[in-house]
Amino acid sequence: MAKITYIENNGKSHTINVENGLTVMEGAVQNDIPGIDADCGGSMACATCHVYVKEDWFNKLPPKQDGEDDMLDQAYEPKSNSRLSCQLIVSNELDGLIVNLPQKQV
Amino acid sequence: MIKTDALIIGAGPTGLFTAHQLKLIGLNCEIVDNLDKIGGQCIELYPDKPIYDIPAIPECTGEELTKNLIEQLKPFNIKFHLSERVDQVKKVNDNWNVQTNKGTEFSTPNVIIAGGVGSFEPRKFAPKECANYENKSILYSVKDKYIFKGKTVSIFGGGDSALDWAIELSKDSKVNLIHRRDEFRGAQLSVNKVNELKEIGKINLYTKYQLKSVNGKNKLENIEIISDNKEVKKLDTDYVLGFFGLIMQLGPIAEWGLNIDKKTVAVDTEKFETNQKGIYAVGDICSYPGKLKLILSGFHEGALAARACFKLARPNEKYRFEFTTSSKTIKDRLGVK
Repeated sequence: MAKITYIENNGKSHTINVENGLTVMEGAVQNDIPGIDADCGGSMACATCHVYVKEDWFNKLPPKQDGEDDMLDQAYEPKSNSRLSCQLIVSNELDGLIVNLPQKQV
Repeated sequence: MIKTDALIIGAGPTGLFTAHQLKLIGLNCEIVDNLDKIGGQCIELYPDKPIYDIPAIPECTGEELTKNLIEQLKPFNIKFHLSERVDQVKKVNDNWNVQTNKGTEFSTPNVIIAGGVGSFEPRKFAPKECANYENKSILYSVKDKYIFKGKTVSIFGGGDSALDWAIELSKDSKVNLIHRRDEFRGAQLSVNKVNELKEIGKINLYTKYQLKSVNGKNKLENIEIISDNKEVKKLDTDYVLGFFGLIMQLGPIAEWGLNIDKKTVAVDTEKFETNQKGIYAVGDICSYPGKLKLILSGFHEGALAARACFKLARPNEKYRFEFTTSSKTIKDRLGVK
């Protein structure tokens, strides 16, 4: 279990407990947090679960796999600290993670 | 005006199999899809990715699945309307009048929405003012490459479309190629070619840059691009091309008076009918208690929706359930002995 904070682009913050093994994307979708669309359902094929991760956490996350950056090319306003939340699998190590949501996904 | 027993919106796996079911029970149908090819998400999003949960098919790619579904439809002559998006669905007497963005019109008692997550549309630039120049000097596809002759074209993106057009247009135009990182996802051969053209000054390459703003009075004059470390460059340009892939948008479906929640359409589980009589939703786009977004669920939903279509398309006939293994009528339709 990890406490994960999702901050919407308008500043509204949601902190929820997400079970280990789920993805950060699933944590948002299952808890009705607006701002993560996840159109493709987590198959790294759409770039609509895009989040920004501040540097301190960004460097602690497991590195991007092949293909994630290719999809991020197609995200809305990608930055150097962009990740696809469907590729972030929740574990105890992610307790306290904060992700910022982009202005929109599409 | 095309008259048909059923119109299917979406040529993904669910739409294709639904067409098969309709034809088996003796109804005709046509299919509209906004993409220029058959296959939906399977072809557009994951043609090469393996799928492991199609019953009786241990492993296949999105492309193979599509190929097999098209093969299965071969006995039937089904008309596809590709690169067309259904814009309007309205009731005229007892039928639905359906119109596409290309002006094709259908009259049908049954509309089956097999639209996945909506229609694929190009992903656009973020700065708001880009909309003012869209289809004039900011483009997301190339219809006529000769308009660029002798002009300056700024191309954004890192995939094959961006690379291929940068190479092609560098012959007769001044080309800027801008991408948000150093790596390109396009074919290595094209990347090499772009680097060669850069060396001989035919392409100006800006990596780790993204579009910041577009400026001009009556027409586009220049753009500003910004790097990861906030360095801004101003580029004079006549045209801007954006190739950021396709995104799925529910689009006009939202305006047809259907019960929509979170980009899905509520249906019953007997006919997969929406709140509008004669409009059904099947596959990823439909929702009901227990809905699974699996291809196999889409097949089941399409089979049931097809039976419901029969009642409206043939009000004076009685539908008889038959197996393909034993029914002579069905074998005749399939053209097998």
